[in-house]
Formats: sequence, C-alpha cells, structure tokens
Amino acid sequence: MMDGDIRQNTYDDGSHDATDGEQKIRNFNINFGPQHPAAHGVLRMVLELDGEIVERADPHIGLLHRGTEKLMENRTYLQNLPYLDRLDYVAPMNQEHAWCLAIERLAGVEVPRRASLIRVLYSEIGRVLNHLLNVTTGAMDVGALTPPLWGFEEREKLMIFYERACGARLHSAYFRPGGVHQDLPPELIDDIEAWADAFPKVLDDIHYLISDNRIFKQRTVDIGLITEQEALDWGFSGVMVRGSGMAWDLRRSQPYECYDEFDFQIPVGTNGDCYDRYMVRMQEMTEATKIIKQCVAKLREPENQGDVLARGKLTPPKRKDMKTSMEALIHHFKLYTEGFKLPEGEVYAAVEAPKGEFGVYLNSDGSNKPYRAKLRAPGYLHLQAMDHMAKGHQLADVSALIATMDIVFGEVDR
Amino acid sequence: MSEALQELAAHIEIKRPNDVLKTEVAYGELTVTVTSAGIVDFVEFLKTDSTCKFSSLVDITAVDHPSRDQRFDVVYHFLSMYQNQRIRVIASVREEETIPSIIAVHPSAGWFERETFDMFGIIFSGHPDLRRLLTDYGFRGYPLRKDFPATGYTEVRYDEELKRVVYEPVSLVQEYRQFDNLSPWEGAKYILPGDEKGA
Repeated sequence: MMDGDIRQNTYDDGSHDATDGEQKIRNFNINFGPQHPAAHGVLRMVLELDGEIVERADPHIGLLHRGTEKLMENRTYLQNLPYLDRLDYVAPMNQEHAWCLAIERLAGVEVPRRASLIRVLYSEIGRVLNHLLNVTTGAMDVGALTPPLWGFEEREKLMIFYERACGARLHSAYFRPGGVHQDLPPELIDDIEAWADAFPKVLDDIHYLISDNRIFKQRTVDIGLITEQEALDWGFSGVMVRGSGMAWDLRRSQPYECYDEFDFQIPVGTNGDCYDRYMVRMQEMTEATKIIKQCVAKLREPENQGDVLARGKLTPPKRKDMKTSMEALIHHFKLYTEGFKLPEGEVYAAVEAPKGEFGVYLNSDGSNKPYRAKLRAPGYLHLQAMDHMAKGHQLADVSALIATMDIVFGEVDR
Repeated sequence: MSEALQELAAHIEIKRPNDVLKTEVAYGELTVTVTSAGIVDFVEFLKTDSTCKFSSLVDITAVDHPSRDQRFDVVYHFLSMYQNQRIRVIASVREEETIPSIIAVHPSAGWFERETFDMFGIIFSGHPDLRRLLTDYGFRGYPLRKDFPATGYTEVRYDEELKRVVYEPVSLVQEYRQFDNLSPWEGAKYILPGDEKGA
C-alpha cells in the first residue's frame, strides 16, 4: 500500500469501513534519520506507520561504509590494526583483541602472561565504557537528560586510562599481535584500582536515577520482547541473548586469553525486554569492575612481571637492542615496512565484545597482507532484526529499540 | 578439542555423503566443503541434527579467487550454543552460477546474503529482497572482487553552483601507490631489472 491510498479495512463479518469520499486514511511512510539524535549515528530507516503503530521497518545502512575490508586487503597485518579501532569506536580495544587473536592463532604465538592480564584489564574497561554510554544514552532516548551527563563523567576518567596506557583516548592501537604495545606504569595501575573502588558508588547513583524511574519503566518494560528461539533465529549474541535468559558468554563458554581464571558472574534476564537488557548491562558493569580489581591484584604479583610482547617475528625488538644490534635494527625495519607473513590458512577468532560476539574471519595466502578479512559485527545482526522487533510497536518505541540493541554505525557499516 | 572436531567431521560425512566434498580440521577449527546445490538441506541438517545443533548463524561471506574455475568461495560460519562448537561451511560457485539462499532455515541470513551480493555479485536464488545493502544508492560494480580497484571508479563532491552532490570519475592527483615491500629475495612475484638472465 502506498502513500495516498485510501485504506479500507474488511472485518470478520464481511463489512467494510464506511467511506463517504472525504476520508483519507492511509499508511504513512516516514524516514527515521539519517540525522536523528536517537538513531545513534547515521541510520536511515523507512518506517511504514498505521497511525502510530509501526507496520514495517526497513533500515538503510551503509551511510558510514568506508570499505574497511577492501582497504584491509591492501595493507599489512600491522597496518590494519588501527582500522579495528574505527569499527566500534565506543570500546575500541575489544575489536583489536579479536584481530590480534586471529593473527596469533594463525602464527601460533603465545602471548606473555603480563600482556594477557593487561588485555583482560583493558577489555573490561572497554566493557564499562560501552555500557556506560549505552545505558545512559538509552535513558536519554526515552526522555531522561541527566544520566548521560553523569555517565560521560565516568567515561572521561576511563578515557584518561586509555590515554595513559597508549597515548590516545579513542583510537588506541594498543593491543598488538603478540602482546600489548607497552607496559603499564605502576601509578596507572594504582589509579585504576582507586577508580574501581569508587565506581560502584557511581553505579548506585545511576541505578537511583534510572532503575526505579516510573517513566523509564513505562518506556522499557515489555518493549522489544525477544524469546530464546527468536534470539537464535536472528543470530543474536551478547546482552541480546543474555537478556532473554540464556547464560551464553564467550568469556565463559569458549574462554580466550586468561578469562578462565577470573571470578565473575554472568547476569541473565528473565523476560527478554528492554528493561531486562538494561539491568543486565548495569550488572555487567559491576562484574567488569570485579574483574578489573582482580586484574590489578594479579598485575602486582611478582610472578606476573616481565615482558609484554612475545619477542619474535611478529613484534618489534626492544629499543635497547635496536640501538646496539644490527640484526635487531634490520628486524625492526623489515617489520614496519614489509610486515610479517602468516602461514596459509583461515581462522575465525571471536571475542565477547560489549555488544556481543565480535569476530574476525581471516583468510591468509601466506603473504604479508590478508587475502580476505571479514569483520563480523554483533550490531549488524541486531539491527537486521529491527523489522521483526519493531512490528506492532509504537513509533516512539523505535528509539528505545535502537538503544537496547546497542547499535554503533562504525561496526555495522564497516 | 580437535578430537571432538574429528568425530563431528566423521559424523557429518557419514550422515551427508552426497553433500560433503571434504572435511578438514586446522587451527582448531572444522571446515566442511560442500556442494553449492545442496547447501539448504545441509544447513537444515546442521541445525536439526542432535549431535550438530548449529542453532545460530554467525556469518556469511565470500572469498574471491579470480584465477579459479569456481571463482567464489561462499563461507558460512555456524555456532551451536547447546553443544558449544563452531563449524565453517564452504561452497564454491562459478561467476555466472547462483547459490540457493538459506533464509528459510536461518532468517538472519538475509542481510549477510544481501551484503555478499552487494560486495561480490553472487546471486542467492530464493532471497526475497536481494537489494544492495552497504554501497551507495545506484552504485555499480562489486567492490570486494579482486579486479575492483581500491580507489573505486567514481567520487562525489558538493557542487556549489548546482547546489547538490555530484558524481564524477575518480581523479587522483598522484598515482595510487601500492608498495608490497616484499623482500625481492623471497616471495616477490616480479623480476628485478637486470635479473632476467638468472631467472
């Protein structure tokens, strides 16, 4: 049915709507976005509305498409690493992690213990960064203005931890194949611990602001219900399945790095609505803080000191060696021009990114560049189910749905 | 880990002898190569069989090998949240061939197949809505094919006189430089000037 058509309903007893020729009842198509504050970036969504009820949602994505995968085929493995930061720019290091894991699995490189701990520490900081943004801006999408202001204050502190570790607040390029770029100074570890001690109080404040708020509950409870079967059919991952009651978390079920030695819980929801997913995210921040504290304690232990890069073909030599040894200098030069080569083969490495399963499919032909790299973003599948989820909801719920799916266009459009 | 995968591979081979061309366990992952015509039945089997139970689709993509007869490898990844295992399924197609869509088995295949069509020009037969997804409205060509240049063919700019965005052929101020930096003593595919006699 097109715009301008008169809509004539037929009822069970065979009767029709009475028309007197003056009525103009029709379904209305509207463009949601590309410039809409609740679209979380550049999403153009064509919505077909019957009154205020969404009948069909057709997301048009690709407005932020940068051809990352094509570019990656023309760069060396190390040059490709910063592209991963630019996917989900809310929690950049988690993406780098998947890239490094894929390369390490192909090359058969073992990451040093201290680097592994630092990776876990920064992955969890990334999780808090992401959930803080999602939870608070999600509240903004349904009408609250204060939460993002409070959330961004904490995010700012975490950004400074990013900056102190690698020199950049967002595009960190800190995780490297074979470890992490540099070791953390002890003062930074102290500061992270101080932050982790203070953070539960902030979470309580956000709970106080949002969790029992009557308007927030009216806008999220029983909105966007997802059953277990739907979550499987639409390939959901991360909070989107955990909100529906499945305790599926790659950190627990297919442990990578050293996640198996940490003590943390996996929060699950019961109803699978937006409110449950909000609660799961809040709870995950508490759990992430617990992991951060354990990481800090482990990083101080004497047996966990040492190098943060697996010295070898994949990683640069130490600065001191480079200044004294010709071989090290040649290696350094070759690494940053030619790069390293990976054996022929294909791997799929996935991490539990804050938004869900972020995966890298790497196909190597044995040269210094990936023959094909496919980035599997969790938000892509979540947004795909928009038509399924939004059908029958009110127009105003669409922004709540986008918020609960945790869409960031950097990773959806690639 | 890899023993369990070997067992799973053997199980799949016994159950679906007509579909499976090859199974391989490498880097701790199971890869099954199947015929493109039987892909829907095979995926359905993977989903319903109690030993497999690959309940969710993780990813669909393709790899372009221009020199091969069957040019494209369509690569599927599946995950079983019940058995906690993963599988990779590869089906090769020729350039002019179509491959059946698995959207009836996994609704989430919709966008993946649209993207693969968009990027490689592989047509998924039976897909209800095979529009381009990521590229611009009215885009021509298939960008992830190996013969598509990384610079593309057109560029856009805002025209102050026409007051709209205009499309123009790409003009590069400087030649697009692509250094491979490969050591000429190993791996380089070209012959250095003066080395022709030795080669």
